[in-house]
Amino acid sequence: MASLVLEDLRKSFGPVAVLHGIDLCLASGEMLVIVGASGCGKSTLLRLVAGLEVPTAGRILLDGRDLAPLDPAARDIAMVFQNYALYPHMSVFDNMAYGLRIRGMPKPEIRARVGEAAAMLGLAELLSRKPRQLSGGQRQRVAMGRAIVRQPKLFLFDEPLSNLDAKLRVQMRAEIKRLQRRMGVTSLYVTHDQVEAMTLGDRLLVLHEGKPVQLATPMEVFERPADTYVGGFIGAPAMNFLPATLLAGGGAVRLAWGEVLPFADGARAGAEGRKLSIGIRPEHVAVVAAGTALQIDLIEPLGSETVVIGRLPDGELLSVKIAGPAPAGEQMHLHLAPEHLHVFDAGSGLRLDPAT
Amino acid sequence: MKGRTDWAAHIVLCIGVAAFLLPIWLVFASSTLSAAAVQRGELTFIPRLSGFGVYYRVLTEPSAGTGPAWRMLMVSASMALAIAVGKIVISVLSAYAIAFFRFPFRLTAFWIIFITLMLPVEVRIIPTYMVMSELGIINTFTGLTVPLIASATATLLFRQTFLAVPDELFEAARMDGAGPLRFLWDILLPVSSANIAALFVILFVYGWNQYLWPLLVATNPKLDTVVIGIVKMISTESLTQWNRVMATAVLALAPPIVVVLAMQRWFVKGLTEGEK
Repeated sequence: MASLVLEDLRKSFGPVAVLHGIDLCLASGEMLVIVGASGCGKSTLLRLVAGLEVPTAGRILLDGRDLAPLDPAARDIAMVFQNYALYPHMSVFDNMAYGLRIRGMPKPEIRARVGEAAAMLGLAELLSRKPRQLSGGQRQRVAMGRAIVRQPKLFLFDEPLSNLDAKLRVQMRAEIKRLQRRMGVTSLYVTHDQVEAMTLGDRLLVLHEGKPVQLATPMEVFERPADTYVGGFIGAPAMNFLPATLLAGGGAVRLAWGEVLPFADGARAGAEGRKLSIGIRPEHVAVVAAGTALQIDLIEPLGSETVVIGRLPDGELLSVKIAGPAPAGEQMHLHLAPEHLHVFDAGSGLRLDPAT
Repeated sequence: MKGRTDWAAHIVLCIGVAAFLLPIWLVFASSTLSAAAVQRGELTFIPRLSGFGVYYRVLTEPSAGTGPAWRMLMVSASMALAIAVGKIVISVLSAYAIAFFRFPFRLTAFWIIFITLMLPVEVRIIPTYMVMSELGIINTFTGLTVPLIASATATLLFRQTFLAVPDELFEAARMDGAGPLRFLWDILLPVSSANIAALFVILFVYGWNQYLWPLLVATNPKLDTVVIGIVKMISTESLTQWNRVMATAVLALAPPIVVVLAMQRWFVKGLTEGEK
């Protein structure tokens, strides 16, 4: 059953269009991660659903009910803010209980709900503390607790982990996922961090300049990016793009320095000489004894892996991720495996799949 | 600082403190002299224990030209309180509207308030008097306080304080179901309490020190503030009883000092601390 449905949702601030028609359908209990660079409209999308902004056009339905006439408080939605937005003068308990009190819930029930959420989040000992006496991770938990006690139909997360240090972020990421699974509440999660997006989402929506570019499972987004933007955005280090031209018959391309690469998965449509962009991820470039030469420019050891950035025969930069330590010497030889190539149109940037 | 006393700084500090305190101490000590002694031009730095009765007399008995000081102190205190509280209430509400809501002519409203900064009571005293007179509230407590209440400075100050409050707090409260007044009361006021306390101190002293407006609008001796009372005590035709004048002046100093001391902690916090 569809829980949250967005129909052609648009938002403009004055003459500036921020969202150009988002259509979305979330299954009940699903966690959808909206990912994109800063300014792509992802936070605006969240705020429209929350009711903090009014859409320019389009509809938002939650469990079949149109949310347009409803106040943020009446929408049965809870939101976790980026800076947590805890009430600084209230204790942890009061922070979590505030929304319930306003709704006129009887005191024993409030106490029960807050107690339950606090136990779930490991906050039971901290209920009488003020937010400023808490660490970043604890504040983050209180913000989650405030959302949980409401028992809403929908959770909204607005980059909730971006104010935490790297280690805590990994820990809280796992915790959020576990909680969301356990509570089974439909969730929209906004982030610019592609690792968060990959690990948390049941599905990803990649936004680029206010337009939805791809909506798919994390693995599909990674394996079959819809265009060069998605290809370059998801995955670290970023995907390499090499300019190329299609050969007659569409079964292979010629790279800028003359090397010919066949397609492993079938011919692409188009006339001979069609301009293409060939994408290959750094981890898919194989190091071999003899092959394409790469002049090594920069070596970034990551411990278990090493990223080597070098120049191809035509002067283009290419990054390669290899297991183990960096190779000796100033040159190495590469093999671009045909089964790992992504083919995009050079003009539009769109993915080109084999003609069937 | 390395824990060593910086003697030069210390001496400058002591001189500063002396410059402020000595005149007040001189007034306090000399108020215990007899009226005749002060008349002869005697002043003292050593208070006479026998002369402290003047404070009791000043408080309870009418002096030449005025009523008893307790009455004037009450008028002053009520006026200062009414002005401080009234200003805070009005400016919190207007600043809240300007800082958190979008409505037509919001900026216009803000600028109109802003412009009144250039028109303090002293400048518009004649028209204000005329308005009060036409409203028939000359010589009333209302007439004494209301024109001093509307305040651009406080509105500006609260606007700045409120702008520093993160929008997310407002939005979080909205999602929690708090309406605008509820947010103001439950969250915004507690969050800005230090600023409110600081402003209260400043406004209380401002109200306490008012001279021109009370002089003009309240001719009824029952509405004499202590500041007006002191002036009246000096300008009587009969002999000025300087020891009484000085005792009243010392009494007039006390309430603002009490307010400052009582709210000192909040006051400093409100002036120095921003958000967080």
